[in-house]
Amino acid sequence: MTKAKRKRLIYNLITFGLVIAAFLILQNMIATKSISRSLKGQLVPICSWIVMAVSLNLVIGFSGELSLGHAGFMSIGAYTGAIVSGWLLAAFDMQDTTLRLVLAIVAGGILAGIFGVLIGIPVLRLRGDYLAIVTLAFGEIIRNLVNVLYVGTADGKLQFSFLNKNLPENVTMLVDGAKGAVKIKPISTFTVGFVLIIITLIVVLNLVNSRAGRAIQATRDNRIAAESMGVSVTRYKMMAFVTAAVLAGMAGALYGLNSSTVVPTQFTFNQSINVLVFVVLGGLGNVLGSIISATFLTVLPEVLREFADYRMLVYAVVLILVMIFTNNPTTRAIANRLFAPIKNLFHGKHKESVGGGDAK
Amino acid sequence: MTEVKRHRSDTKMVPVPSHSIVPERDVNEIPVLETRHLGIEFGGLKAVDDFNLTIGKTEIAGLIGPNGAGKTTVFNLLTKVYEPTSGAVLIDGKDLHGMSIVQASRLGIARTFQNIRLFDKMTVEENVRIGLHNQIKYDMFSGILRLPRYWKQEKRQHERAMELLDIFGMQDLADEVSGSLPYGAQRRLEIVRALATEPKLLLLDEPAAGMNPHETEELMENIAKIRDQFQIAILLIEHDMSLVMGVCEGICVLNFGKIIAKGTADEIQANPDVIEAYLGKRREGGK
Repeated sequence: MTKAKRKRLIYNLITFGLVIAAFLILQNMIATKSISRSLKGQLVPICSWIVMAVSLNLVIGFSGELSLGHAGFMSIGAYTGAIVSGWLLAAFDMQDTTLRLVLAIVAGGILAGIFGVLIGIPVLRLRGDYLAIVTLAFGEIIRNLVNVLYVGTADGKLQFSFLNKNLPENVTMLVDGAKGAVKIKPISTFTVGFVLIIITLIVVLNLVNSRAGRAIQATRDNRIAAESMGVSVTRYKMMAFVTAAVLAGMAGALYGLNSSTVVPTQFTFNQSINVLVFVVLGGLGNVLGSIISATFLTVLPEVLREFADYRMLVYAVVLILVMIFTNNPTTRAIANRLFAPIKNLFHGKHKESVGGGDAK
Repeated sequence: MTEVKRHRSDTKMVPVPSHSIVPERDVNEIPVLETRHLGIEFGGLKAVDDFNLTIGKTEIAGLIGPNGAGKTTVFNLLTKVYEPTSGAVLIDGKDLHGMSIVQASRLGIARTFQNIRLFDKMTVEENVRIGLHNQIKYDMFSGILRLPRYWKQEKRQHERAMELLDIFGMQDLADEVSGSLPYGAQRRLEIVRALATEPKLLLLDEPAAGMNPHETEELMENIAKIRDQFQIAILLIEHDMSLVMGVCEGICVLNFGKIIAKGTADEIQANPDVIEAYLGKRREGGK
């Protein structure tokens, strides 16, 4: 096995190992009831934010395009999930919550993927900032659309309308305009969230280390050179973008079915920026970093509750400090020296030069 | 310069003077590259004008000229980075009109770049594997699900990449990040990556730039070796005259976007127009 291959294998093993270990520990804590209620309530959202961060990393870190509408795909997933779950219950009286959840997640992913294709076709032919601007607009359009969307079930049939009065009398509302998706039966579980993370990791890590993934990275590093080698840039940017959209839709469905209501204001531009912060903080192209930063930054505001009014201030300061410390050569050198014994365990006799090794 | 004379007088195919002035190896075969009155204008400025060049199979040709003569623009026209405003490019007899860079690449044209364009965050081997993108394929789902096809094709890609890296003895560097390689190695890697696409015509844009005389000599031998091994035609832009005169069978001189001379090394060296383009006009009556 070559050095690069071994390095990659170790990186993947650490990533999967960390996620699985965290899951097992948390499951054990839940079983022994040694976990605080607020943290327990955070577990499913953490799972969806991790999936959001890792999928956005595929677009930003690996294909090098700045997408600012990732929350839009999440919102599509959340609404689709709520509708599908409500419809399955009403039309087929499906009581198996796990099956319903899985079907809802799959539906959310598919619909978000379709929207990803529709947006990607015109946008990915553009270069640079255009994608950022159009995806930003897309996020806002989706939010405004669901703001006036009314969906209900009547006699097991789905009824759609952008005007409330068009729906028949005997309808049970699933999505009620600006009130959002209402009366959702929360069916998301931590286990399904964990499985979704594992699926995301398999998809992203395997994609990145394959022919298609290398093509995606080549278009990032040098567009003209990639084209000259016969790599179709639009095709591979599209592949990364749609894959990320599908995963974001799935995360959205999981997130939406975790609470009893989903409102359009949950998926604003701020939320997209939040995910962007996870990705940038974790490191572009660093999947493990995305996982850690998504977890850390989701838990942090909860932990900071005791600061009351100063919560967001402290959040910002912590964020700035972390960015400084992870990007400062001196602190990195110190960290590398601290971790050198562990690294040498894996690398055998290859010694890492101090301050040289990136996370990947 | 005279020591490194063309060392291929012993090959079977003898350069035949043809209608194209750049001597061809076999006039009866369809040329690998043919340009007809090729030209491009940038807002009224004719960067390349009435450019006619024919390159036969397994021929090594040189494109020289002073700075700003339009040499790299010619390369960009041949590879469809620019769409010509007049004339046509034919690869193996097929017109490139309306094709994209990717389509041109699939027809068998590969290039290196004057300002190196490697995928600099990727390893050396991965760079070569991008070159193999259309040669050894498998689809996205085999990759994600790690189907048997993935393992088989990955192994083939790896073996082929190593074979190609062996041309310049670069296998040891396979796992290095390409952006961290020394300059000369980056230039060589670009050539390997271009060869991976199995081209019929290889365009080298200043392959010896930044190399020391020893490296240049090695490169010269390697260019000839590559031609013999892969049986491809090579067109190169170069300012290092020892390399151009040593390895090119036909040379084309460009100045202000126009061809001012075509011929063998000896003919070019004796051509008064070429001397003028490089050194300027001799003053009237000056001694």
